Amino acid sequence: MIEFLNSIQNSLIYKNFFLVLSGLDNTILLLLISLPLGFVLALLFALGRVSKITLFSRTIASYIFVIRGTPLLVQIYLIYFGLGSVKFIRESFLWYALKEPFWCGVIALTINTVAYGAEIFRGGIQSIEKSQVESGLSLGFGKFLLLRKIILPIAIRKVLPSYGNELILMVKATSLVSLTTYMEMTGIARKIMAKTFAPVEAFIAAGILYLFLNFLMVQFVKYLEWKYNPHLRLNN
Amino acid sequence: MFKFDKLVFGDAGWGDEFLIATLMTLLVSILSMGLGLFLAIITVWAKIIQNRITRFIANFYTTVIRGVPELLVIYLIFFGGNAVVMSVAKVFGYNKYIELNALTIATIAIAVISATYSSEVLRASYLAIPKGQIEAARALGMNKFSIFFKVISPQVIRHALPGIGNVWQITLKDTSLISVTGLVEIMRQSRISSNVEHSPLTFLITAAILYLCLTTISGRVFKTLEVNYSKGFST
Repeated sequence: MIEFLNSIQNSLIYKNFFLVLSGLDNTILLLLISLPLGFVLALLFALGRVSKITLFSRTIASYIFVIRGTPLLVQIYLIYFGLGSVKFIRESFLWYALKEPFWCGVIALTINTVAYGAEIFRGGIQSIEKSQVESGLSLGFGKFLLLRKIILPIAIRKVLPSYGNELILMVKATSLVSLTTYMEMTGIARKIMAKTFAPVEAFIAAGILYLFLNFLMVQFVKYLEWKYNPHLRLNN
Repeated sequence: MFKFDKLVFGDAGWGDEFLIATLMTLLVSILSMGLGLFLAIITVWAKIIQNRITRFIANFYTTVIRGVPELLVIYLIFFGGNAVVMSVAKVFGYNKYIELNALTIATIAIAVISATYSSEVLRASYLAIPKGQIEAARALGMNKFSIFFKVISPQVIRHALPGIGNVWQITLKDTSLISVTGLVEIMRQSRISSNVEHSPLTFLITAAILYLCLTTISGRVFKTLEVNYSKGFST
């Protein structure tokens, strides 16, 4: 039995697991900043997208079109390599953020998730029945109160499943930041692979951790769905 | 800042290189989409026949691949694929070193990812076919083969086309990750060019525009296909 335990502790997967685990906090740090920021901005952009001011809605529509039509990798490279090569950006205050791969990753992920999120929320906002808005108006709600009490809560809870999908895509997207020398889980797994040339052992350790992270994300979204859809619960 | 003169065709610029890279991106996308659809059909079949083992394997495959970053899957297949192929070859008594070329590995890696998305789309559209139709076909004495080709697949195609269009866009964008394996497609080409010319902005924006064109044009194509396939069903 002890021999068996020892053999597990000496196996590559076991060792790699803890090495990769040390990159988990970097992955989570990326998510902790870009997801909340992306959520708020996506809501604002969705409101701008459905607004009657054509300048707003046109600009946001083209922004969404460009971001959704290009791969995330291009966006990350554009921000990390592209912006860094422009002279006046290197001399401006922006350079403090753009010289760090971490902040480049955060900016790229946020820009990406805002475009997808805004499109999802737009669907939610447009699917609200007119009568609900009208009933709010007849109660004398102002524009802001209408937004806060009726439009946003209903829209958000309606699109929770698809926004949950987007959140999982974001967890997976953080792996791309490793290509800008930022050492999160995929980056560390890649480094282990280069050192030991045992690809399967290195990447399986990382894969298990990503699966676990996504599992937590799914449970979180399920909890939110349960919490904000009390009218759909079976026994209340 | 943006150097247009570096994008001309011929030896002075990178225009022709980018054209070839674009074709390579398209080739990888089409090949892996095709292989992915084939894998997806097998996966759906494994899920809908009443067999616990095949269903478990298929569910395990889709859950794991969709829960793990695409980059990780590509790394795993790129670095681990050769070893697997060689150990399979060893069983058949072939002991020499085998190296798969980059295109094969790229196609397999993207197909494995795209198949998980396609299989969900196909499964949903299969389940959308009323059971009565299959029973009716059976009552007419059609065999399994003709039921599949004359009753099921035409309807699955019609139901699945919008979803398959989405999967195609995802697949097209996922091919950019293949650049880490060294296959020269748009992304790799833009990195090579910007390293030579020291002007990343020019070539990365070019890459972005090329991807944008590809996704837009293929989006149009899928819209037309959808209209064609849903003739007589317009609402």
